[in-house]
Amino acid sequence: MDSLLFLTQLFNGVSVASLYLLAALGLALSFGLMRVINMAHGEMLMLGGYLAYLTLIVVPGPLAILIAIPVAFAGAALMGGVVQTALISRLAQRPLDTLLATWGVSLILQQAARDIFGAIGVEVRAPDWLGGGMAVGGVNLPSTRLFIIAVTIAVLAGIALLLKRSRIGLLVRAVNQDRMMAGAVGIDVRRVDLMVFCLGSGIAGLAGVVLALLGPVTPNVGQSYIIPAFLVVVMGGLGSLVGTTVAALILGLFSALAQIFVDVSMAQVLLLLFVILFLQARPQGVIAIRSRALDA
Amino acid sequence: MAFQSSKILALAVSGLALALASCSGGGADGAAKGDGVAVGVLQSLTGTMAISEITVKNAEMLAIDEINAAGGVLGKKITALVEDGASDPSTFAQKASKLIEDGGVATVFGGWTSASRKAMLPVFERTGNLLWYPVQFEGNECSPNIMYSGAQPNQQALPALEWAVKQGYKSYFLVGSDYVYPRTANLILKKHIEKGGMAVAGEAYVPLGGTDFSGVIAKIQSAKPAIVINTLNGDSNVAFFKQMQAAGLSPKTLPVMSFSIGEQEAQAMGAALVEGSYATWNYFQSLALPDNARFIEAYRKKFGADAAITDPMVHGYLNVWAWKAAAEKAGGFDPEAVRKAAAALGGFDTPMGKVSFAPNQSLVQKAYVGKLKGDGQFEIIADSGADIAPEPYDPLAFPGKTCKL
Repeated sequence: MDSLLFLTQLFNGVSVASLYLLAALGLALSFGLMRVINMAHGEMLMLGGYLAYLTLIVVPGPLAILIAIPVAFAGAALMGGVVQTALISRLAQRPLDTLLATWGVSLILQQAARDIFGAIGVEVRAPDWLGGGMAVGGVNLPSTRLFIIAVTIAVLAGIALLLKRSRIGLLVRAVNQDRMMAGAVGIDVRRVDLMVFCLGSGIAGLAGVVLALLGPVTPNVGQSYIIPAFLVVVMGGLGSLVGTTVAALILGLFSALAQIFVDVSMAQVLLLLFVILFLQARPQGVIAIRSRALDA
Repeated sequence: MAFQSSKILALAVSGLALALASCSGGGADGAAKGDGVAVGVLQSLTGTMAISEITVKNAEMLAIDEINAAGGVLGKKITALVEDGASDPSTFAQKASKLIEDGGVATVFGGWTSASRKAMLPVFERTGNLLWYPVQFEGNECSPNIMYSGAQPNQQALPALEWAVKQGYKSYFLVGSDYVYPRTANLILKKHIEKGGMAVAGEAYVPLGGTDFSGVIAKIQSAKPAIVINTLNGDSNVAFFKQMQAAGLSPKTLPVMSFSIGEQEAQAMGAALVEGSYATWNYFQSLALPDNARFIEAYRKKFGADAAITDPMVHGYLNVWAWKAAAEKAGGFDPEAVRKAAAALGGFDTPMGKVSFAPNQSLVQKAYVGKLKGDGQFEIIADSGADIAPEPYDPLAFPGKTCKL
């Protein structure tokens, strides 16, 4: 019986890790490249949830959730583009001010959602084909959670391909390694910033859709995911995709396994303690080898 | 960061100034200004509790409008000062003292979570004002400055347990938000479950507003209880039921008895998600009473034809009317005189039938068990029969404590 709970929690840990990772990826991208702490990142998740809600109204049917994913990606990317162009790019020299400014954006977006959709959440239902689950060795694996893990892997692979194989990825890596040099050899650094910020926001929007399958869609839903997202980014090390992924897995598994012994509240306390101790031992994060090596 | 610390400093200074100012005089003296009387309405209009509290504010405003249309209280029109508690206990305390000390209100209608009530309690005791609290709660509190119209544990939690025992459920899993109400309600339930020779299969708490239930559900699956008793509050319910459904545990396969899900919450969550689950309240929208039909019609005329009506809304609504009747009986708005008059009012008609305030300032009322249908309404499947006298201190959980006011 207990080993079954352990196996179930292992799976849940991976599932929670995939949620953390989706919420954190966009943040890791923009933080890694621009050192901008985007406090409005959670609201991009929220925007994704509401875009899913609207998509489900416009195109009902079992596959609507698959349509909602690109819609939310595009919508949140657009919103990210606006925020980056109108605000963050103008505060490039003052990183602390971007923190306050994006916090303001976060409050504005929350209030906007409240005015448009009401303070009470909206309903986003998982389609029936995500209803069931499968049992592997007595452990029940819900389809919804498997779907989210699959989406996370697809997004990770997509970003990795983009960064490693495309011309845009080349530019991003160049700016990431040495912003001034990249600018000096003629790379339009601001355009790269804009693209990365749009991409990060878009991924957050996409994450908002899948999070809506397991959680509420309310004006302040972004706030519940922003703290784990920051934890993952800080723990993962700056700008390392592998580090972010490993950090999400560590945190997800830690939180799920801790819950075998203690309540969710206590598990959160232990999780924060764990991150503090971890950062004492490894201030640079989980995996910083690649970027550190390049920096040196 | 300098910005934040200076803001905190400013808050602290203004808080201190308020505290000093309040030492010099009672709060309610300025309540009746000219031909009007000010009252406070304090619910969460934003944040995780907005799902439940906005409509309570609406119901309280409806009662105020109705009273004003009928000539007011003691010849005075009521002016409602509405504040947003923002689902945050300390905000509730701040706004309560703002209403009483700056707004000079005669009384305040509001609160939902017990955390918000506990935070406001010192403010009301310090200023000698009176809070009308509309929601079921865990008892174990007895203040002259609060009228508790929502159910005491023996008017909701215990009748629910009695019903479950009658259905033959023998093992119980308790899930709740992590704050004083679920913890205390579950403490009382555990005592009664153990006394009845049944089993508590497990117990789990999630922070208020929490959205991850994977671990909780794994524990439920491992414990295999006969029924889940759910004291989650706010948006967490959406996440809980969505993840239960994803894990293949619908209310149809594993019964869930909820204490904080009413018609409004069911509608907002999507009734299909919670169809077949149970709830225990002192009021259901489906109660067939003439006063109820009249109330529903008046509410819907003002707030929309498909608005859902819930138990705390009706308690909020009847609180305002009870305050009016008590003020008229007392012949003034002094909170001390009003609360004594309220406890001596005797029976009065409300959308939930005839109720009265007991000397311990809680409501004497019936309890009903409902089963949620696909249209978001509850089918009433059991009731307590007689009116239940409120017991703030459960004799098993808190032996020897009594509430004398």
